[in-house]
Amino acid sequence: MHPAPSVILFTVLSGFGLGLLIWLGLGYPGVTGWKTFIFYVLAYGLTLGGLLASSFHLGNRKNALKAFSQWRSSWLSREAWLVLLTLLVMGGHGFGVVFLASHIPPLGWLGAALALATVFATSMIYAQLKTVPRWNHWTTPALFVSLALTGGALLAGQAGAATVLLTLGSALQLLAWGLGDRRFALRGHTAETATGLGQIGQVRQLEPPHSSPNYLMKEMVFSVARKHSLKLRAIALLLMFVIPLLLLVLLPGGFWICGFAAVSFFVGTLVSRWLFFAEARHVVSLYYGDATPRQPGTGQTEPSP
Amino acid sequence: MTQLPPATSRQLGLVIDLDICVGCHACVIACKGWNTEYQNTPLSDADAYGAAPSGTFLNRVHSYEVQPENGAAQTVHFPRSCLHCQDAPCVTVCPTGASYKRREDGIVLVNEDTCIGCGLCAWACPYGAREMDALAGVMKKCTLCVDRIYNKNLPEEDREPACVRTCPAGARHFGDLGDPDSAVSRLVATRDGYDLMPEQATRPSNKYLPPRPKDTLGEVDVLAPFLEPATETPEGFLGWLDRALEAL
Repeated sequence: MHPAPSVILFTVLSGFGLGLLIWLGLGYPGVTGWKTFIFYVLAYGLTLGGLLASSFHLGNRKNALKAFSQWRSSWLSREAWLVLLTLLVMGGHGFGVVFLASHIPPLGWLGAALALATVFATSMIYAQLKTVPRWNHWTTPALFVSLALTGGALLAGQAGAATVLLTLGSALQLLAWGLGDRRFALRGHTAETATGLGQIGQVRQLEPPHSSPNYLMKEMVFSVARKHSLKLRAIALLLMFVIPLLLLVLLPGGFWICGFAAVSFFVGTLVSRWLFFAEARHVVSLYYGDATPRQPGTGQTEPSP
Repeated sequence: MTQLPPATSRQLGLVIDLDICVGCHACVIACKGWNTEYQNTPLSDADAYGAAPSGTFLNRVHSYEVQPENGAAQTVHFPRSCLHCQDAPCVTVCPTGASYKRREDGIVLVNEDTCIGCGLCAWACPYGAREMDALAGVMKKCTLCVDRIYNKNLPEEDREPACVRTCPAGARHFGDLGDPDSAVSRLVATRDGYDLMPEQATRPSNKYLPPRPKDTLGEVDVLAPFLEPATETPEGFLGWLDRALEAL
């Protein structure tokens, strides 16, 4: 899939912001007054910044409000509702904490639950797609939620919780990559099932239907990243988990240490999210000669340009 | 409404005969023509006369080479467009209700006035049937020529999709696939018509008819008698000369 910067920024930024809102809703960090104000500004800035970034990939922004209408069937519509409700509820909660120095736990818990549900809805936009086997699995929502909670914990200065979450997150990330690598082949999608010509023999593209790339190829037949994927995975693991964990374990836990860990985690998450898109293969690529890897040596492993 | 109708009273669709298609792309051009000349928002092109032309099409023709276990490879021309699935995944993902399936005839359509151009429906489609128009910023797809098939202003023989009307080989058929007694349904039954990517469980309405088995000539080579090798040793005068010269 095409790793569009707008969508990568949206999912990472809003994931961070909503993750922080979860912690703020639960009452962490346990401060009130103007100190908390900074945290709320940060959380709203990240979430709204992400939403703004996401609007850049819309072809027809003037209809954006209509996206609230189909919550019964569409995860994208549910996400729109949930983010709106989260921002409203947490706005009320934040007002109480910042200006009245009073924490209203039930309101905070509701806000935290809504923020968590928003991240889940975002992940389900990808996880629901049977056409992208790598995403179509429970590890996708698990990883999105875990990364949001971790980012939020780091921003909220919760070193202890962040250490546990980072350890858990690294295991989830490795599991998602490991299982994801084989899923396309396991689901049995091939050029033969795509064309239905498998009953005659092995199918390969002889002539593409058009001379230069179209929307489908630009959007869904992206294959540039795969040759560097191992190096990028190592970089992502280092920045997301290894460096933050070392910082938190070796140095005395404090706000600034958490801040540095958060920056490293943020950049690592960007790399991981880029790979999330770039490594994902859409089944439509089968029509364009991007064949499923067969036995090594049959010459069908690399897509034709 | 982006929820799928529980059942449609009819299910219009296409039957594409891969045995007959010659890969001329006339259906591609007829489709582009009809959906550009008679629509409010045409199917746009970018750099149409430049080095890298690209544009929106609702129908594409691939050509594949199929290699059987034994024998020669076979070329199959393969038109690909919206299959108007009964469990259309492109419909339920739409956040605005722009993508919908009609209860009365099963056609899957996009309401361009409510589309936000998020592209999620194109991601949800296994068949690459949807293309975002680069100029209009809204999703485009096959309408099964809904503005032709019910159009009383057209002569009756033109009330079928432009691709079907134009196909010079007769490889495309249009009809009600929900009715088991319709001509297209009987054609599908006779020729073992099949679904594309059945493992995606989209229940496509359009069916593809497989290429008929190729004739085989067996082991007999009809030209072999005419290809007997010429005699290596000359006879008669030339034979005597050859032998005499050898003896020298």
